[in-house]
Amino acid sequence: MKLKKTIAFRNLAGKPVRTMALILLTALLSLILLGGTLMVSSLRKGLHSLEDRLGADIMVVPYEATTKSELKNIVLQGNTGYFYMDKSRAEKVLSRDGIGQASEQFFLASTSSGCCSIPVQIIGFEPETDFTISPWIRKSYSKDLQDLDIVVGNDLNAFVGDTLTFYGLDCHVASKLDKTGTSFDTAVFTNENTIKMLIQSSLDKNMNDFANISPDGVVSCILINTAEGFTTEEVVNDINIHVKKVKAIQTKEMISGISDSLSGVSDIITILMVAVWVLGLIILLLAFTMSVNERKKEFAVLRVIGASRQKLAGIVMQEALLTGFVGSLVGVVVSLLVIVPFNTLIEEQMNLPFLLPEVGNIAGYAVITVLVSVVSCAVAVTFSAFRISRIDTSLILRGE
Amino acid sequence: MILQAQQIRKEFIRESRGTNCFQAVQETNLTLSGGTLTILMGRSGSGKSTLLNMLAGLLEPTSGKILLDGTDLYGLPDKELSRLRNQKIGVIPQGQTALHSLNVLENILLPCTLYGETVENSAVMELLERLEIAGLQTAMPSELSGGELRRMAIARALIRKPDILLADEPTSDLDDVNTAVVFNILKQFASEGKSVFVVTHENDAGKYADRLFHMDGGILRTGDESGNC
Repeated sequence: MKLKKTIAFRNLAGKPVRTMALILLTALLSLILLGGTLMVSSLRKGLHSLEDRLGADIMVVPYEATTKSELKNIVLQGNTGYFYMDKSRAEKVLSRDGIGQASEQFFLASTSSGCCSIPVQIIGFEPETDFTISPWIRKSYSKDLQDLDIVVGNDLNAFVGDTLTFYGLDCHVASKLDKTGTSFDTAVFTNENTIKMLIQSSLDKNMNDFANISPDGVVSCILINTAEGFTTEEVVNDINIHVKKVKAIQTKEMISGISDSLSGVSDIITILMVAVWVLGLIILLLAFTMSVNERKKEFAVLRVIGASRQKLAGIVMQEALLTGFVGSLVGVVVSLLVIVPFNTLIEEQMNLPFLLPEVGNIAGYAVITVLVSVVSCAVAVTFSAFRISRIDTSLILRGE
Repeated sequence: MILQAQQIRKEFIRESRGTNCFQAVQETNLTLSGGTLTILMGRSGSGKSTLLNMLAGLLEPTSGKILLDGTDLYGLPDKELSRLRNQKIGVIPQGQTALHSLNVLENILLPCTLYGETVENSAVMELLERLEIAGLQTAMPSELSGGELRRMAIARALIRKPDILLADEPTSDLDDVNTAVVFNILKQFASEGKSVFVVTHENDAGKYADRLFHMDGGILRTGDESGNC
């Protein structure tokens, strides 16, 4: 029997209620730490992902789109909608100075009626000029999109090889995109030809709000990267002053609201984490102190039978490390079970871009959480371990 | 093996009274040698337990030395002193001293397992049978009577086969029958060559003693009232 190795364990097992309380407290601290870290890093990653997906310095849209707040709803909130401007205006925009890269995009929203498989935002892009969507699609689909090929966002219940019908046209799912944690996860992407066919079909079926447009004569927005030697602000001001009925917006400005919200949420989570941890550490310190105090006589007995001061401190420390380790594992598992499977729900509830870190990073955070929790338990018990190593055995055994 | 107290003295500072010193044990000489049951009697607060704790290496004297076969116990580092106590000195502390999360056998084996050592099963069984607790190995301390707990503490003190056995009030809360059982066991171990030192306030304990001492106001006295023993 290797009791030496298990005195701490048996001490813990001998007081199941106290041990369970300590484990739960440590689990709560770990849960808060890992949960909070995952939330903050997922929000940050979501924001970066959104920035990447927008991928342009400037977005030019019809003026009405901005007044109706449709633009932000579509781009940032994942709502469906569409708006168009004359191609002639787009050409005027593209003729301004300071335009580096530029590409037109076309929006269409499918409906939940019989003509469409699912109600989604459909975004069409020009493969020749696109610099925002294509690089992203290429990560999961290396070929060029053919007419009536579509690429679906990660959250949509459609898979490669499926056929989705939009306004009576059957579209082939060529690829499914990686998760971005943004509204693009619920969108469908296709090339310029296909979106024009879809817009025409929606017009033919009288299911488009813009009854008098020609698909070849309109665009929904223009994405622009400024040319070298120009600032984004200059180009935006130039377009807004010289081209009528359009609005140029800095994409940075568009997501500044989200960025502010994210910063606020992150701050609240961080404050909550710090507060819970400070409180938790104080409770742990008290709990370990009380636990050791009530067993002073048992430690005095161990001293009598030959335990050195170092050994006594070691037993107390071992108890704390065991408690910390088990508690932090429980906390980590619960945290992962809450956040990983329900990340989409969290994203919906928070209405902010939310993208979980890579598996390796999550594992790293989990390991760090366990280490921090175990070290915290060790710190919390250090005072008790020191005190117990200095006990006056003779006084304790006399009950004084 | 001989345990010697050389001119030991113990003073305590009474904190509540500032620097007022309290002499718990006045200068004392004592030698404990094998094959003897030494009993120290005295009233509560007379300094008996203080003397025993000093002999056990648990309480450093204010002055003087405790020598175990010539080795000054308090000259050793804590780690070595603890190891020496574990191997050579069995201590039966006052009161109930079981570890409640361990069963009887685990409590008894604690001095060995504390240092990762094992004991032969036959030796353990022999000790348990002698102390009449062989059937209680898996019982938890809370299930034992006062007498059984005391015998468990004796078994724990004897499991390393120490040369010195120090018992502090081993019968304080036992009835007459159990008191007699405990003293007979201690007497038996002394007769096997061990040096047994018992501190007690039992009036009848004297009849088991090979050597009998009294302590009063920190002064150790034999029957003939001499200070050195």
